[in-house]
Amino acid sequence: MTKKIKLSELGSLFGGDIQALEGVKIEGDVEIDLGSMGMNPQMAYALGHETAQMAMHLMNISRILGYPVDQVFGGQQQVAAAAPKRLSKLIESKFSVGKNEEWKTPIQEVILGATSSDGGTRKSTITLGGENALPYYFDSPMPHRNHITMDVFDMPINMAKAVKGNYEDVINSPAEWAKKVVRDFGADMVTIHLISTDPNIKDTSPAQAAKTVEEVLQAVDVPIVIGGSGNPEKDPAVLEKCAEVAEGERCILASASLNLDYARIAEAAKKYNHVVLSWTQLEINAQKELNRKLMKQCGVKRENILMDPTTAALGYGLDYAYTNMERIRLAGLSGDTELNFPMSSGTTNAWGAREAWMTSSPLKEDSDWGPREYRGPIWEIITGLTLSLAGNDLFMMMHPTAVQVLKEITQTLYGSKETDPVNIDNWITAVV
Amino acid sequence: MKLNSPLQVYKYLPQTNCAECGETTCMAFAAHLIDRSKKLDNCPPILKEAFKKKYIELITLLAPEIREITIGVGERAKKIGGDDVIYRHQLTFFDPTAFAYDVWDTMPEKELVERVNKITNFKKFYIGKFLRVDMIAVRCVSGDAAKFAAAVKKVNETTTLPLILCSFDPAILKSGLEVVKDKNPLLYAANEKNWGEVAELALTYKVPVVLFSPDLDKLKSLALTFGEMGIKNLVLDPGTYPQGKQLKETFERFIKLRRSGIKEAQKDMAYPVMAVPLNAWLVYKDTAAASYWETVLASVFTVRYGDIMILHSLEPYAMLPEVHIRETIYTDPRTPAKVAPGVNQVGSPTKDSPVIVTTNFALTYYTVESDLSSNKINCYLAAVDTDGIGVEAAVAGGQLTAAKIKDAFQKANFEFKEKTSHNTLILPGLAARLQGDVEDVTGLRVLIGPPDSGRIPGWMDKNWPPKPK
Repeated sequence: MTKKIKLSELGSLFGGDIQALEGVKIEGDVEIDLGSMGMNPQMAYALGHETAQMAMHLMNISRILGYPVDQVFGGQQQVAAAAPKRLSKLIESKFSVGKNEEWKTPIQEVILGATSSDGGTRKSTITLGGENALPYYFDSPMPHRNHITMDVFDMPINMAKAVKGNYEDVINSPAEWAKKVVRDFGADMVTIHLISTDPNIKDTSPAQAAKTVEEVLQAVDVPIVIGGSGNPEKDPAVLEKCAEVAEGERCILASASLNLDYARIAEAAKKYNHVVLSWTQLEINAQKELNRKLMKQCGVKRENILMDPTTAALGYGLDYAYTNMERIRLAGLSGDTELNFPMSSGTTNAWGAREAWMTSSPLKEDSDWGPREYRGPIWEIITGLTLSLAGNDLFMMMHPTAVQVLKEITQTLYGSKETDPVNIDNWITAVV
Repeated sequence: MKLNSPLQVYKYLPQTNCAECGETTCMAFAAHLIDRSKKLDNCPPILKEAFKKKYIELITLLAPEIREITIGVGERAKKIGGDDVIYRHQLTFFDPTAFAYDVWDTMPEKELVERVNKITNFKKFYIGKFLRVDMIAVRCVSGDAAKFAAAVKKVNETTTLPLILCSFDPAILKSGLEVVKDKNPLLYAANEKNWGEVAELALTYKVPVVLFSPDLDKLKSLALTFGEMGIKNLVLDPGTYPQGKQLKETFERFIKLRRSGIKEAQKDMAYPVMAVPLNAWLVYKDTAAASYWETVLASVFTVRYGDIMILHSLEPYAMLPEVHIRETIYTDPRTPAKVAPGVNQVGSPTKDSPVIVTTNFALTYYTVESDLSSNKINCYLAAVDTDGIGVEAAVAGGQLTAAKIKDAFQKANFEFKEKTSHNTLILPGLAARLQGDVEDVTGLRVLIGPPDSGRIPGWMDKNWPPKPK
């Protein structure tokens, strides 16, 4: 604690005779901060010139008056005069910063996929979660890298032109589509979206959907995500049937949400050994509520829960999605055991942004938007990257270039990318 | 800032409740000082001589943890730094990252002028305003002081944007400074070798200066030394390495600097931090690959604590995501994302004009509204109260329903029979599944618009006026 005294009280500080100050007229009623009177150069710097100068004055006055200033203040040298000082040597210093002590609760580890030794048929499994800090922070290394699952649909759908070009040859075969994203585009996982089951689209039966899931499981040996159509009435029946045919594979069932019969999906996950994707819409309290219901009411084990707190595209609400995820992750690390689960992002939503797919800006006042072929993938990359920094673990994505670049940056920050060192000392003169 | 409750601030205020600041009480004003929505200078009484001491104390206590520095002069002058929190939800981030794009002194004059104009004039519409970029960084590639001065002169004649003068050679920096000494440019940069001479320039010309060292001990030495010499308008460049382990370490340095400045209140290093995503071009030569990676680096350091950065690519696919990610991070999370529900006029609608439905999510509403007005479509636009949720999510989540739509028109006293000749409503393409319900509930004819409001003009050509059934 610092103690403040007035100049008129200076005498008592020295334990001397206050009478000695008589006859000395000191104007103003300035206060000096005793806690900072150590007057070494760093302190003077911290105090700023004005305070330092004032303190110097005080000491000089006191010296004239015969007070043992140098004994009291440790015999410091002259500091911080009015004219700028010139130094001939750098002040030596060490920089240090502490680790975050509030992050004591690790994020739950969740294993996706199961190999033959665990009752499945996947070649290998993926582990998400386990973090003890925000992603890529020095406080604690991230135990598992980010992973990417690529979208496959059970029927042809409308896609941005830049996306479509990659899938035209496989658009009628979910199995071939799945093979392609794993073989050619480096997908860690595959998401099969059963959109044809929507009563407003084709109303495909749960049994038919289950057949598609079986085909995908046979086509690839990576873990998979089983996605419904998003129809709250139909999804529980579809996911139940698919969970059954995929028994033991530890797929992600996407999704349980508060506006459908989540208990049925939770039950299917328990019965057939899958992971539940707990999906809420940009609302941290709803996410807590759904997670709590899945655990307490439905009896889903912690290691079988993954969250999707909703992804909004860059320029279309990513600020909410980012902060929502960051708050969820910080709450989890700080001890909220209803929120410390790994997270998944529907990064493909980035393609909803008009900047990602429109030929040019609909607004005449805008600067030229340039070719859209380049805009789309970077929109998907930056949407995903931003959420990776907020703590997202798994990315559902669509464009191969976006997948490749997002992998490159997330694995670089994770620490698994080795490259030759680059000398940046002369960047100013670089010819670029 | 060092104070965290209105009561602490109140102690320093005149406590007269004079209301000259526009607030009814000093306590209310104190709350605005804490959330930084008002400035101390908004209080006329405290500026008077009698309160001078309290004013000086309070202004020091209210100063942001990260020093706020101004670069440039006039309307386009830019403040950087000024932050008080490490996560945006704790308050908001202040002074959006300044984006400087480079030019160099070996460019032919015509190209130089074109590039400067392109940077100066860049704009992108977003929620009722235009996003822009901020500065020009002039790099000395020639090694020739006269050539550098000539380039700086040309840039200065072409734009009012603030400048960053880039060279590690103090003589070259000086030649540039002479040309723009009244424009408050940022000097880049002092390092371990040239610091004495660069400090002399900063003192002589009273300009802000960047300190460069990827070694944080050395960076701190530089900051302490400059501080000791009375140079406080500092920016720290801890080095931006473009790839591999070096990039991971770069990321860690940004986290460490900001944590030390805000969480640990280490004043010695509490300055704005600079990133140089341009360094992506040191490893990628292909324009698309380099632009992509540069945008990736710019995004990483916009999210994590870069206050100013130097960039190279002017490709729209680099600049568009860059200005949007900055907006994402710096948008004030305290500002409501909703517009008032109601039925609004766009242009001057008549009885034959369309009636279009959207949600009251601010992003959606302003996007639709600007698409309509920019294309001079006169119409009625209904903002349905969906609790500020966008169309697709609101349909899925039950916040946008036939009943809610009917309610919106009823509350606005909007009678279709009286206001329109067509008795027709246009739903967003993403709400197509509500068509039947809305017809049943409202008795109106319901058309399905395009999934993106940017396509309304084309849609109107084909579908409006509605064909008789």
